[in-house]
Order: sequence, then structure tokens, then C-alpha cells
Amino acid sequence: MPALVGSRCAGCEVTAYPADGSCPRCGRDTETVTLSTSGTLWTWTVQRYAPKSPPYVPPPEGFRPFAVGYVELPERLRVAAVLDFADLGAIRIGAPMRIEATGGVPRAVPAGEK
Amino acid sequence: MDDVLIAGAGISRFGRTEHTTGRQHALYAVRAALADAGIPWSRVGAAFGGSDAAGLADTLVSQLGLTGVPFVNVKNGCATGGSALVSAVNAIRAGLADVVLAVGFDKHPRGAFDPLPADWGLDDAYGRDGLMVTTQFFGMKIQRYMHEYGISARTLALVAEKAYRNGSRNPNAWRRTPIGADEILASGLVSDPLTRYMFCSPGEGAAALVLCSPEAAAGLAGVPVTLRSAVVRSRRFGSFEVFSPSIAGGELTSVSRDAAGAAFEAAGVAPGDVGVCQLQDTESGAEVMHLAECGFCADGEQEKLIAEGATEIGGSLPVNTDGGCIANGEPIGASGLRQVYEIVQQLRGRAGERQVPGEPRVGFTHVYGAPGVSACTVLSR
Repeated sequence: MPALVGSRCAGCEVTAYPADGSCPRCGRDTETVTLSTSGTLWTWTVQRYAPKSPPYVPPPEGFRPFAVGYVELPERLRVAAVLDFADLGAIRIGAPMRIEATGGVPRAVPAGEK
Repeated sequence: MDDVLIAGAGISRFGRTEHTTGRQHALYAVRAALADAGIPWSRVGAAFGGSDAAGLADTLVSQLGLTGVPFVNVKNGCATGGSALVSAVNAIRAGLADVVLAVGFDKHPRGAFDPLPADWGLDDAYGRDGLMVTTQFFGMKIQRYMHEYGISARTLALVAEKAYRNGSRNPNAWRRTPIGADEILASGLVSDPLTRYMFCSPGEGAAALVLCSPEAAAGLAGVPVTLRSAVVRSRRFGSFEVFSPSIAGGELTSVSRDAAGAAFEAAGVAPGDVGVCQLQDTESGAEVMHLAECGFCADGEQEKLIAEGATEIGGSLPVNTDGGCIANGEPIGASGLRQVYEIVQQLRGRAGERQVPGEPRVGFTHVYGAPGVSACTVLSR
């Protein structure tokens, strides 16, 4: 799966996601950058009930509680992602994660899992 | 700068009804505030107000009286009431009028708010994949905070337990049945670590204030309270807000910290001087974190303070004496002025069963909301 694409400010070197033509800190122009695919879990929660549809589109097999969180990357950036944990009881802050782009929002899996 | 006084405060019944409109709540609150100040509507020289989802405040003149008063609509999310208040203060200080009304009201449908990604500048995928849910943000912010500062789930339950207990002492509250910490913990996870009874619900209600100059107050019947400062701030770079696809690394900034600090500086008082305060408690974790963000304790101290009862009505720093958002519900446009209404009652010694003992002299209010806005006030008698 592909890496996420963000943007970096030419002036203050702040990296942002998703990519934006303007820096969120100083408003100057940015350039597009490919983000790291490895990071650590910074925080998380579990979506215990089905979000309202629309806009939510449940998977074909129906809604099941799923984890969401922020993965901290070396670029001094924490990116929101759906977390693919097989066991929702095993989620821990600081866990090594792999994060990638999808057709939807970013998804992250514990490092070492497929 | 010249003092601005609150000469009258009014509130409508908070909760959820079938037939009462947001505007009807607003009319009730405005008339109560006018009666409290002992003035007719015609004495009001300017007005500011708004709701998030219940209509335009300036249409209230149809029922209050078509006096020709300049009436400005305010729409600023959770800071709607606070922004109306700041506008009223500025109108008095600028000499536009000596008696000014601020009103906030709302009425929301049942269930969680359901925002659309496009309205937030986000890709539709955030809605499709189930990330446009406000409770996720609250769960994730307190989850990180608990990890860093050793706050327990039991402390979150104690915050909600206090809210329902204080609500039971408030005839105007929505939730008036006490609920114990164990039942709160067992009420079912919504967004880990937060359970169902730890959250407020969208609701309905209104609050209104009559503000005036010291000269005008001398001719009024009400018991005035001094509004020492009123401040609204938006977020700076590096904060953690709802619906953020990413957050900057490093230590978080906080719009609540910024607004509270500015309010205390403008008022010339310190958090330690405050005898009663109202803090945004969208859920239990928010009250815990806002205690520190507003300057009332260091990060992590809440675990001990709350266990000791410091934030109870009889404690060293009573917090959300009227039951807060958890017991009153969250009508977005009304909550900020509800908080000020409560502090006015406390400083006047008229808070009934929930009165803070020892005649508090200084009060503080704080709202926080999306997309990173906070409004704070400091009041004294």
C-alpha cells in the first residue's frame, strides 16, 4: 500500500497532513512530501456504536466496533487513522505502527502484522 | 478600563421538550433578565445574541417590542454566548449604549451532532469511514491525558457523579437524579475510556444577561455583579481539536489555556483567588483537563483533588455547581451564558440548595468547543 502524501513549509519546515498549499503555522507556500510509513500510537479510542448514515458507510458485513487513533511520525506529526487491531483489548499507547494511504482515510496496523 | 456590571440574569428551563422552540426559551430568559434588572425592554440600548441551530436572535424583537434597538446576531459555535458578551462589554465601553442585552439559546435534535466533512474542509472519506464523530475526539484527548498524567477511570466517574448530584440540587437542570460512580462506569463505553453517563447530551435552553455601565447601575433595582473580564480566543498552531486529520508534534497548545490566561490578566486576579467556577464539561474528561488548562492545578493533580472532594460545592474550588453540561445538557448557543448566570447567583448568595458556603467573592467561567474556540469570564461582587 502507498505512503501518505503531506506537505512541508519551505520556511518553517512544518509538515502537515493532508497536503495543503499553505502552511498551517505561517501561511507560506509548501511543497509536497511523502510521509514515513512507520510510527508509534499516540492515542486511540474505539467507536463502539455505528456512526450516523449518511455520511457513514458500514462495511458489507455490517458495523462492528473499530479503533481509531493518531500515529506519531518522525516528521513531528500525528496522523489520524483507522486502526486495524484484531483484538480491541490489546491496543496500547506507544505501540509501533505502520500507516498507509488507502482509498479512504489513512489506516494503520501494528508493526509486524500483515 | 471601566467596569461593566451585570444588572440582571435570566435563564429558561434546560432539557428537552416537544413543543418549546429555541426562540421561546430565549424570550423567557430575556424577560427574566429584564425583570431581574428591574427595567423594561425599552431601556435596552443595544443587543447581541445568537444560537447555533435555533434561529436568529434579532427576530426576538417581534415579541420583545419593536423599539429600533441595534440588535446584532452572533454565531460562533460554543463561544456564541461568550462572543455576545464580549460584544456587549465593548458596546458599553465604546459608549454605544449604557444598558445592553446578551442572549444565547439553542435547541438540538436527539443524539450526537452529525457534521458533514465538506463543512469542515475535509475529504468525504472522513464521513464514509466513520471519523466524523465528536465523541472520538473527547475519548482520544482524555485517553492520552490519562496515560501522561496518571488519571484513573474512577476519577472520570467521580466528575459525572458530582454533576448529577449538583444537578439534583438545581431546579432548572435537566438531569436531576443522582447517579453513583459505579453505575456511571458500568453504563457502557461510548468512546473508550468514556461511558454513556460521562457525556452531556445536546439539549435546549436559553440564558440572558443585562449588562450596564456603573452610572446606569446606580439607577437600577437589581443587585449588580462586576464582570471583571470577558475574553474569546481561537486556537493557535499545535492544538488538538475535533475532526483533525493530523496534529502537530511536540507539546500541545491549548486555546482554553490562552483564553483563561488572558481573562485572568485582564481581570487582575489569579486562579487561586477564584471561589467558584464553571468549566466546559462536554464529558468528564473535559472537566479534568480544563482544571489544569485554566490554571487551577498542575497536570495530574486532579486525581488527588477530585478524590478529596475539592471540586464539590463544599470543597476548596467548587466546579460546575449547577451540574454543568452533564446535568443541564448542551444547547450550544446557551451554555456560556448559563455558566455566567450560575456565577451571578453564587456571588449574590442566591443559589439555593447548591449555594457555595463562605460567600465567594470571585467567580470564573470557561467554554470550549469546535473548531478550537474558548470564551472565559472573571466576575466578582
